[in-house]
Amino acid sequence: MFGLTQSSRLTEFERKILPHLDSAYDLARFLMRNDHDAEDVVQEASLRAFRFFESFRGENGRAWFLQIVRNTAFTALRKRYPEEMNVSFDEELHGEPATEPTDAGIAIDRAQDRQIVRAAIEKLRPEFREAITLRDLEELSYKEIADIAGVPIGTVMSRLARARRQLRQILSNPK
Amino acid sequence: MNHDEIRELVHAHVDGELDLISGREVEQHLHGCGECRRAEEQIRGLHDALTSSAPAYRAPAHLRRSIRRALRREANVSEKAFSPWLIFATGAAFAIIVLGFVLFQTTRASQGNKLVDEVVSNHVRSLLATHLVDVASSDQHTVKPWFDGKIDFAPDVHDFAISGFPLVGGRLDYLDGKTVVALVYQRNKHPINLFITPATGSPDSSPVPFTRRGYNLLSWVHRDMRYWAVSDLNEAELKQFASLISG
Repeated sequence: MFGLTQSSRLTEFERKILPHLDSAYDLARFLMRNDHDAEDVVQEASLRAFRFFESFRGENGRAWFLQIVRNTAFTALRKRYPEEMNVSFDEELHGEPATEPTDAGIAIDRAQDRQIVRAAIEKLRPEFREAITLRDLEELSYKEIADIAGVPIGTVMSRLARARRQLRQILSNPK
Repeated sequence: MNHDEIRELVHAHVDGELDLISGREVEQHLHGCGECRRAEEQIRGLHDALTSSAPAYRAPAHLRRSIRRALRREANVSEKAFSPWLIFATGAAFAIIVLGFVLFQTTRASQGNKLVDEVVSNHVRSLLATHLVDVASSDQHTVKPWFDGKIDFAPDVHDFAISGFPLVGGRLDYLDGKTVVALVYQRNKHPINLFITPATGSPDSSPVPFTRRGYNLLSWVHRDMRYWAVSDLNEAELKQFASLISG
């Protein structure tokens, strides 16, 4: 990447990173839960990504960019909701009982409505919103999600399982 | 694998994350186990509901435009189209620069004007945006290793809480076209950004003061490293801070 002029550096960046703006916004929007903060996060993350574009090795532009978006969003969340975010999140202690919700068909059939599903995802805690967005909406692999979130694959699996269980519970008891 | 182990893998199976052999094993178990089969159906049902309702957000057009504009500005590539507004803005910006230049003649600034401006801009940006620190810790043994592998030099990181300058954390920043270390300290309520970049071969120097936009800066070389300290703190206390760093 060295030796590139600023303008060809920009061209490279526009070609390799900017196509992933939709994924970036999707993740930021579900983490921040409002348009304004999500736009701020993506704007800032884009500038930071451009500044550190030298450290991009050219392998997976989407995962590389999403990692920066994710870190920017969590920093913003910690600043905005310090109480909520300071509670240390223990993967084991916070696990709910392993029993499945006793529902049969549940409301998911009725949950075609985009707003209902979006609102349900927003009720989850940030790590779970992240797991659902990256896996079920953006369809990234467990490995990519682990790299982005900076956790082992096992943690990704347990977060996904619990996030989906909670999401089903929320969707089956809409208030 | 037994039932409990398989139960753990149903998500990975539905997500297509299992290798062929484990996948087949899970498949066989699902045939004979109602509980796991129900779990599988529920996972698929949720996934279908998620995809069919298409809840994913897409970046709005005005955000894309704003990002492209910001990137151009960052890359110093001028806009292709010259709108009347842009010409006016350029003129206005030029006038401000001339005015600023005249005003700054009265300050002590002597050299490296552009770099000094950049240091102040970095400082201001770090306070405005949400990225004052990437690694937030007052523990030097947490902050220093965080830089490993991210940069090709090893900065000295010390906490000076005892002297009234506690370490807040660190981050990477960009200065003069290079990635640099930024350490953040605090003096009472005043944040201090300390930028560090290698200056191999330069002799040690004592801190040179600058003032920009109401911020105080000090720049010096110590043991092959150039330091930039910037803060809204008064010059005397900033000098006290600089002497701790070079202590």
